[in-house]
Amino acid sequence: MSIFEYNGAAIIAMAGKNCVAIGSDLRFGVQFQTLATDYQKIYKIHDHLYLGLAGLGTDAQTLSQRFVFKHNLYKLREERNIKPSTFGEMVSSTLYEKRFGPYFCSPVIAGLEEAKDGTWQPYLCGMDTIGAIEKAHDFMVAGTAPDSLSGMCESTWKPDMEPDELFETLSQCLLSGVDRDALSGWGGIVNVITKDQVITRTLKGRMD
Amino acid sequence: MGESQYSFSLTTFSPSGKLVQIEYALNAVNQGATSLGIKATNGVVIATEKKVRSTLVDDTTLQRISLLTPNIGVAYSGMGPDSRVLVRKARKQAQAYYRVYKEHIPVAQLCRETAAVMQEFTQSGGVRPFGVSLLMAGYDENGPQLYQIDPSGSFFAWKASAMGKNMVNAKTFLEKRYAEDMELEDAVHTALLTLKEGFEGQISSSNIEVGIIGEDQVFRLLTPSEVADYLEEVE
Repeated sequence: MSIFEYNGAAIIAMAGKNCVAIGSDLRFGVQFQTLATDYQKIYKIHDHLYLGLAGLGTDAQTLSQRFVFKHNLYKLREERNIKPSTFGEMVSSTLYEKRFGPYFCSPVIAGLEEAKDGTWQPYLCGMDTIGAIEKAHDFMVAGTAPDSLSGMCESTWKPDMEPDELFETLSQCLLSGVDRDALSGWGGIVNVITKDQVITRTLKGRMD
Repeated sequence: MGESQYSFSLTTFSPSGKLVQIEYALNAVNQGATSLGIKATNGVVIATEKKVRSTLVDDTTLQRISLLTPNIGVAYSGMGPDSRVLVRKARKQAQAYYRVYKEHIPVAQLCRETAAVMQEFTQSGGVRPFGVSLLMAGYDENGPQLYQIDPSGSFFAWKASAMGKNMVNAKTFLEKRYAEDMELEDAVHTALLTLKEGFEGQISSSNIEVGIIGEDQVFRLLTPSEVADYLEEVE
């Protein structure tokens, strides 16, 4: 058994038109025993930047705390919020620091970044445990059901979705995806990030 | 030498609350060659004298303005060897920042980090403060910026500033000539005029150095022939 499949997780991030969404399932288990069904794997960094951490729960908590810590210091030093792309590189270097004793997590980063023309463009990326970045313009998945999640995304994602449609698409991908995985599921949570608000909705799924 | 008894440790206060070593460091700066900088609406210029002690020195090999990152340059007044230590540390800090964030360090950050190094040398044991003031010019997301850093580790953002031997006159001259809406070309002219004003001997493209950064966010030294062209224009 891989340590990445000890607790179980399903995370999807998707880009829309001037918006981006990130969602996860809510199950927390130890192998096949479900211990909690309200366990979020998404962490807020700031209003335009969310981080999803799949993999070993304990490492995910430590990492999320380290990134909040790092971002707090960054804000004090630079008097601004970190850009999603910059944050991505920072997560990558933080993970690579532990190249030979890694955190057993694969992060997904979703955020909005102000472009030169003043519009807010989605930024999406994912990483392996040692911080090799994979950038995406469409969607990014992580967790114990990556095949079924990316399969759903590949067939339903289309460019330039508005926030409502983006929420709907991501939710359907998440719910259908986790049905094929025993280690994730039990409902989900989805955050749709737009320029001036974040819409968070909890999903009810198959509770078995 | 009333204060010399407090020089047994270089970083100990005198009863009047002064750190005399910092004042001596400032004296070293004030004896150094004049450097000045002007922030324009679309860029920054820094210029400095490049005086050589003997005509036998090959002045083409001397550099008083150094590049820290592609978009930040620095000029110094004071002790050359001290400045090189700071330039080395600043470059390393800029690279350390780049390694983490994969983007160039903002001017304000590099300035603060460099100032922190200079402060450390006013408080540590077994060291003396740096005998230099720095003029740091850069252009980033926050626009064009000009900072001066002193041996004490204090730093300020300036619209235009001067330091070194001719500081007082140069600053008065800059105060008269500075305009808020000045563009880079005008700023280069003003910088050269200011240098020329207090220059001992004949100013030429081989005894001054000019660095500019514009909206392209690339800091570069003007070549001697470019400097010669500008000098002709101000004459």
